[in-house]
Amino acid sequence: MSEPGSPVVARRGGSRAVAAFVGNPLSVLGLVIVVVIVLLAVFADFVTPFPDHVGPIGDFAAMSAAPASPYVLGTDAMGRDLFTRIIYGYRLSLIMAVVVLAIATPVGVIVGLVAGYKGGWTDYILMRITDVFLAVPPLVLAMAIMGFLEPTLMNGMLAITAMWWPWYARLVYNVTRAEAQEGYVLAAETVGASTLHILFREILPNCWPSILTKMTLDVGFVILMASSLSFLGLGVQPPTPDLGSMVAEGAKYMPDGWWLSLWPALAILLVVLGFNLVGDGLREAFEAEN
Amino acid sequence: MNWTSIGKRLGAALVVMIGISMLIFAIARVMPGDPARIALGPNASAEQVAALRAERHLDAPLPVQYFEFLKALSRGDLGKSLYTNRPVTTDIAQFLPATLELCIVSAIVMVLLGLPIGILSAHFRGRMPDHLGRLVALIAVCTPAFVWGVILQLFFGYFWPIFPIEGQLMQSTPVPPHVTGFLLVDTLVAGNGAAFLDALYHLVLPATALAMSGLGQCARLTRSNMIEVYDKPYVEMERAYGFRPFRIATRYAFRPAFIPTLTILGLEFAAMLGNAFLVEKVFGWPGLSRYGVEVIIRKDLDAIVGTVLIIAAAFLIMNILVDILVGVVNPRIRLAAGRG
Amino acid sequence: MMLAPTAEPVLTIRDLRLAFGSRRNATPVLHGISLHVRTGEKVALVGESGSGKSVTARLAMGLLQESPRTHATGSIRFDGIEAISGGREIARRRGNRVAMIFQDPTSALNPTFRIRGQFRDVLRSGDRGIRDDEADRRAEAALAEVSIPDPKRALDSYAFQLSGGMNQRVMIAMALANRPALLMADEPGTALDVTVQAQTLGLMHELTERRGTAVLLISHNLGVVREFADRVYVIYRGRMVEHGTTAQLFHDPRHPYTRALLAAIPKISGGGLPDLPERSPDFDQPMVVHEGCGEPAERRP
Repeated sequence: MSEPGSPVVARRGGSRAVAAFVGNPLSVLGLVIVVVIVLLAVFADFVTPFPDHVGPIGDFAAMSAAPASPYVLGTDAMGRDLFTRIIYGYRLSLIMAVVVLAIATPVGVIVGLVAGYKGGWTDYILMRITDVFLAVPPLVLAMAIMGFLEPTLMNGMLAITAMWWPWYARLVYNVTRAEAQEGYVLAAETVGASTLHILFREILPNCWPSILTKMTLDVGFVILMASSLSFLGLGVQPPTPDLGSMVAEGAKYMPDGWWLSLWPALAILLVVLGFNLVGDGLREAFEAEN
Repeated sequence: MNWTSIGKRLGAALVVMIGISMLIFAIARVMPGDPARIALGPNASAEQVAALRAERHLDAPLPVQYFEFLKALSRGDLGKSLYTNRPVTTDIAQFLPATLELCIVSAIVMVLLGLPIGILSAHFRGRMPDHLGRLVALIAVCTPAFVWGVILQLFFGYFWPIFPIEGQLMQSTPVPPHVTGFLLVDTLVAGNGAAFLDALYHLVLPATALAMSGLGQCARLTRSNMIEVYDKPYVEMERAYGFRPFRIATRYAFRPAFIPTLTILGLEFAAMLGNAFLVEKVFGWPGLSRYGVEVIIRKDLDAIVGTVLIIAAAFLIMNILVDILVGVVNPRIRLAAGRG
Repeated sequence: MMLAPTAEPVLTIRDLRLAFGSRRNATPVLHGISLHVRTGEKVALVGESGSGKSVTARLAMGLLQESPRTHATGSIRFDGIEAISGGREIARRRGNRVAMIFQDPTSALNPTFRIRGQFRDVLRSGDRGIRDDEADRRAEAALAEVSIPDPKRALDSYAFQLSGGMNQRVMIAMALANRPALLMADEPGTALDVTVQAQTLGLMHELTERRGTAVLLISHNLGVVREFADRVYVIYRGRMVEHGTTAQLFHDPRHPYTRALLAAIPKISGGGLPDLPERSPDFDQPMVVHEGCGEPAERRP
């Protein structure tokens, strides 16, 4: 939809944005980290040296082996290759992050759009509900939800999703409130465009840059949150390889088995850092574009 | 900030608090399965389950249940924990102080380290100290609290053992008589300086681990807000009138930038209350964490609801304090309130 | 008018060129401008927004050179030092030997500090070891001099509690507190209403005249310039186009740009940009220097 005179969608192409992104070595570093991790996770079955160590059984001849070939990062108490399990942990984390965001984002976006555009009581009630969710420390809310559910992958994702959507509602709400007063929205109203059209075709496109930036950052932060839950034993259960539970499990063997916790811990740091660098780079790129 | 506006803030907090109680209540009662059955486990007899249902009004309609819950709450009764077999308030009173103490010390660490890093970054914008400060802040933000806990414990507790790895006090240090539950306070009340230092010594690693993510956020916010302030005409005036650059950074550009930062620090404290669960697990800290995780695993209904409500209340109180502080720091608000 | 042709001017700018941006991809802003201000003289620099007049004043004070995106060449001699690359010497003279008055006095004062604290720091750049009570005494005297009725109360106020005109007076008092040799006035009071603007300009004129402070007035308001300045430089897109005494320039404008500028003066002089064509090839004609206005080249035998 591009009626003449309606400055709606951000210009396509965005060569300046690309230049800004590529021009920042940190953003490029982040992109490299993200791409490598995603590729490793997707092709985990082919790139990991011991794919069968995903299960409960490893190499009994090399239990708690310090990092050395062929177990470059060492093995855990069951003799399972840490490198393999970290890659599979990445796979699980990424799946969780994608699922959580795929649900939380649309929910939050719709709540934010409707509350911001409709105003009045709709606005008041929806945003007070959002406030309630934002007033509980995120991890505590997710823990409480897990308290009434079985600790499974699905329920973990559900708990994180429940505490994630309000942030998108808040973000989109603020943009919508500002945009609803803009000339092009008023113009669309005057020519009798439907509410749906105004929300999704006129206002939403203006929210995309902030939503995309936030989603990129949030892939990292969902992984952080999920690993925190499983570190507490409230997430994915063994033997499924999960970065948070690997750190918790390894902490029992400190300091002699230092590698058991340290590598999964650094693995979490690396993936969150990667998505953060890309997210920051995206933000700067969108700013450069405008 | 005057009493009317504080009253208004308290009112708003009360509304949110009621919302939170409804939310957590709804989560507790609407989830699939019979809460009494879940709480008692598969081996309990049907009579036991029925008795518990009756005791907790579980057969009444939800609004009635909620009303009963509020009625009890207004008496300061959060119900009974099936895990400890004690009133939930007693449990929380026992475990909360250690958690709050850890969080407060962490908040102090966050501000004492986060602000200077942010100020230095802004002052040396685009130069080496800035790049370094931003990198430190970014890594601090990107790393979960338990990862910091494990790393700090490994490096400063085991490899280079200069700090204790567990607990609040050494075995040899006598535990001071319980007055407030805050060890730092109780040791001082008992007049035991050595025990105070020991408690502080034990706090170093856990408080640092817990402070890290807020510290990074604090540094990033301070930096970006100060860079915005550096573009204001009054900073140009201060430079044009020969104010020392260091004085501008630490005083004249810092204060206007600190006001928006302060508001966000309230949120960081909220995150800390949550992350304390992680850090407490790493350092065997006798706070709310072990209790919280234990009651969650045991599906201990009242205890879960109580724990969440207390943490939410702590967070809301903290936010009101931050608002009052913003009023004190920002002369516009302070003077407007003074007149009104 | 106090022309002293024999003494070295307090500020001499020669062939100043400036570009903003990265080293490879810098946008030129100033294309070699020259000007000078003698002791006690009132000189105006006139041009439209973006012509480079404010930037010139800020460069002369060494305020822009710190940024790696600023590339300045040429010469800026002020008070016996060379300030083209900024640095310590010029920094030491800021607020002390040279001061500046800004367009919007209210936003040029820090909203989170009382006037008192800011005034103390201004006085400190003139006298590093000044005690607080001595500073307050001098601040009160300075505020009384700019006709502020209750100096103590003004010192205890925040800028947002005072009127724009009051803040402008505070600004003037701060600027002159350390008896600078040169005062930069960057569109002073354009943000204020016209009567207040006129009052404060009058005040500034009177005080600088009494102390023999040189002024470089930056303005696009020709009415103000005509009242205030002894000499006028006209700048257009980073180039000087005309230089003469105020009388010469207003009675006999020779450069097409100056003529267009003068033709666009509204009948009642107020703020706002004159209405004149954006660009014209005529405006790029070479600079016109009026005889006897003191352009250094003329003094060569």
